[in-house]
Amino acid sequence: MLNGKKVIALGERDGVSGPAIAACAEAAGAEVVFTATECFV
Amino acid sequence: MDLQSQAAIARLAQTHGAENLVVLLGAPDPESAEIAAETVVLGDPACAGALAETQLGLDVYHILEDELRATLPVDIYDEQVGVMVDVLDTAELTAAVAGMRSKAPPP
Repeated sequence: MLNGKKVIALGERDGVSGPAIAACAEAAGAEVVFTATECFV
Repeated sequence: MDLQSQAAIARLAQTHGAENLVVLLGAPDPESAEIAAETVVLGDPACAGALAETQLGLDVYHILEDELRATLPVDIYDEQVGVMVDVLDTAELTAAVAGMRSKAPPP
């Protein structure tokens, strides 16, 4: 599903962080092109 | 979704093509997951950012969705996401994001 894709990792502070999502995506063969951890209010 | 992220996503869609991008969300609740998914599929519902009235139709998943999780290495997933699987409501998050995914405009 992610192999060869370019991934945008949009985490949230109270959920799963952007870097954690990015690590999973890279391990699955994706290229992470943007990572952020937002705070939804 | 904050304005800087919207601007970055708009730029990435232009650079790489929307069909090559996948957005992965880590939102803690269905409401914020749905808003984030809506922003990258149908445009910013608040009409405030670079994605206002911009239907990118990006492929979007929540990191807890079973369909996605099944494709990720178990050891890395456990290390990076771990306990959040038990803390967050996977079913509601999946429904929120999948529902918005189904509204993507035809390519």
